[in-house]
Amino acid sequence: MKYFGLIWKNAWRKKIRTSLTILSVLVAFLLFALLNAIGYAFRAGEDVSSAERLVVIHKISLINPLPISYEARIASTPGVAEVTHASWFGGYYQEKRNQFAQFPVDIKEYFALYPELIIAPEQLEAAAQNRIGTIVGHELAEQFGWKLGDRIPIQATIWTKADGGRTWEFELEGIMRSNDPRGSTAFMLFNHDYFDEARAFGKGTAGWYVLRIAPGADPVEVANAIDAQFANSPNETETSTEAAFAASFAKQFGNIAMIVQLILGAVFFTLLLVAGNTMSQSVRERIPELAVLKTLGFRDSTVLGIVLSESILIIALGGLLGLGIGWVLVQGMAQQLSASLPGVYLSPQALLLAVGIMIGAGIFAGFFPALKAMRLSIVDALARG
Amino acid sequence: MAEILAKLEGVSRVYQKGKERVDVLHELDLEIEKGDFLALMGPSGSGKTTLLNLLGGLDKPTAGTVSVGGATLSSMSNSQLSNWRATHVGFIFQFYNLLPVLTARKNVELPLLLTNMSAKERSKRASLALEIVGLADRANHRPRELSGGQEQRVAIARAIVSDPQLLLCDEPTGDLDRSTADEILGLLRSLNADHGKTIIMVTHDAQAANYARRTLHMDKGKLETRATA
Ligand SMILES: Nc1ncnc2c1ncn2[C@@H]1O[C@H](COP(=O)(O)OP(=O)(O)OP(=O)(O)O)[C@@H](O)[C@H]1O
Ligand SMILES: [Mg+2]
Repeated sequence: MKYFGLIWKNAWRKKIRTSLTILSVLVAFLLFALLNAIGYAFRAGEDVSSAERLVVIHKISLINPLPISYEARIASTPGVAEVTHASWFGGYYQEKRNQFAQFPVDIKEYFALYPELIIAPEQLEAAAQNRIGTIVGHELAEQFGWKLGDRIPIQATIWTKADGGRTWEFELEGIMRSNDPRGSTAFMLFNHDYFDEARAFGKGTAGWYVLRIAPGADPVEVANAIDAQFANSPNETETSTEAAFAASFAKQFGNIAMIVQLILGAVFFTLLLVAGNTMSQSVRERIPELAVLKTLGFRDSTVLGIVLSESILIIALGGLLGLGIGWVLVQGMAQQLSASLPGVYLSPQALLLAVGIMIGAGIFAGFFPALKAMRLSIVDALARG
Repeated sequence: MAEILAKLEGVSRVYQKGKERVDVLHELDLEIEKGDFLALMGPSGSGKTTLLNLLGGLDKPTAGTVSVGGATLSSMSNSQLSNWRATHVGFIFQFYNLLPVLTARKNVELPLLLTNMSAKERSKRASLALEIVGLADRANHRPRELSGGQEQRVAIARAIVSDPQLLLCDEPTGDLDRSTADEILGLLRSLNADHGKTIIMVTHDAQAANYARRTLHMDKGKLETRATA
């Protein structure tokens, strides 16, 4: 620590060069923060998914509905503890840009299968009793200013009503949240019975089934048993774990994670070149000064450490600034996108990773210049100076 | 007969430049008493700097032994030499060799970073050293805000701050005008006379050599003695 003053002053020997280097590091880590937080949103579905839950969809695609009669047959499959169904509604509130997920479900069964969803029991009861009752996540209630008892009209994009109307009226009976800080509840649940009676087509079907396997049952065996039951029927099924389901859902948006990694890879490669160049220039400029330090009794290893620390310092300065700005932006983004892309979040793991990258990049960028400084012969360097 | 501080016995230094062998020093013998102020003169390339580097533990002889204050430098490892230099010897160069990014005080403090001294103690010692060289009022100036003579005073303060017995000066006035040179030489003489520093000074300037107690002449790697008053 007593060398900090020396390291700090040396880092700023060329103010413009150091500022530009720091700026480029800043941009790299700002990008890292933003992309990581967005990537997190896409992975969140996989990460919060439960290993005990399986999802049954139509073998052809998620969009093809399954007969509602399947529920009883799935329930009686060995290894299945509980099952419920859900569908995709695909509506919006007032304006097209207010899109979020709505699921017609059996409200009580649904909450039984998703214990991580937290709701007051009386609200749950009220929503189940009210034919047009609905429960929304607190994120949505906050965004749209909804309160219990409000009438919420949702415009259907798929499901016209039997009377030809496209506006579905709901009454807000409950507001839910997740007990998992990473879990989003930016969606709306309402009664499947109302949905099935009022819709113009598709009656008697559900979008998919969700089931909990019995304790000790093998998920793979249970999944195979279910799919075997419906094999060679007009509606064959594909059963997978919730995580796999979430992943295939996320894949609809392209392989975001890979794109993110490619971008970050390019950014950090550039960063290493920029920082490495700064450090080697800086060392080249002060060969005589480094020789003087050694003359005064600074050991080779101390000189190595001083140059490396300087490199790490420059990268950490830019990196921490970039992360800080990124953190603020991510907070804003998370709020803006809470309905359309819930789960935008800069995780502690990502921050830790960023700090690790800073140290690693600092060492990498400073390594050869530091080695050069360490190996410097005093006699030669002073003769040149 | 006073105590011997530094001793060279049969010292040779050979540089290998590709296939060419450069014999810089040949079997040199030299004794330097404690409290001496020795001027080393001689033509360019005669090996003066090489000799100074050996005495300061910056370089090792090809043959022979170099000992200073009881330490046999010629048989020490590089890191042992680093530790030894930090407390036993001060260097003063022709071009001052201060760190441009640090203030005078911080430059003077540099050798103390290698000790266990507290920041406060370091600062105090640096101030004291700057006072001795008459630059207390310039402590917070950067080298580029100082004149050449002032820079050399800072360099001298840095050389004495860890209180070494031996000061090695390589053309300390080579870049200064006559009157500034005289001031610096006067300062060196007072460090020798009043503070008991043993000084070895390489110089091309006969007037500078007059400040020393004796002068040695070097030619082609050999020494010849011509004592002065
Ligand atoms: N690192 C080295 N490698 C090869 N040759 C060297 C090296 N250092 C010095 N020499 C050679 O050794 C000889 C003596 O050099 P030295 O620097 O000791 O001379 P000097 O007396 O100090 O000269 P000057 O008065 O010009 O400073 C020169 O011929 C020089 O070229
Ligand atoms: Mg020389």
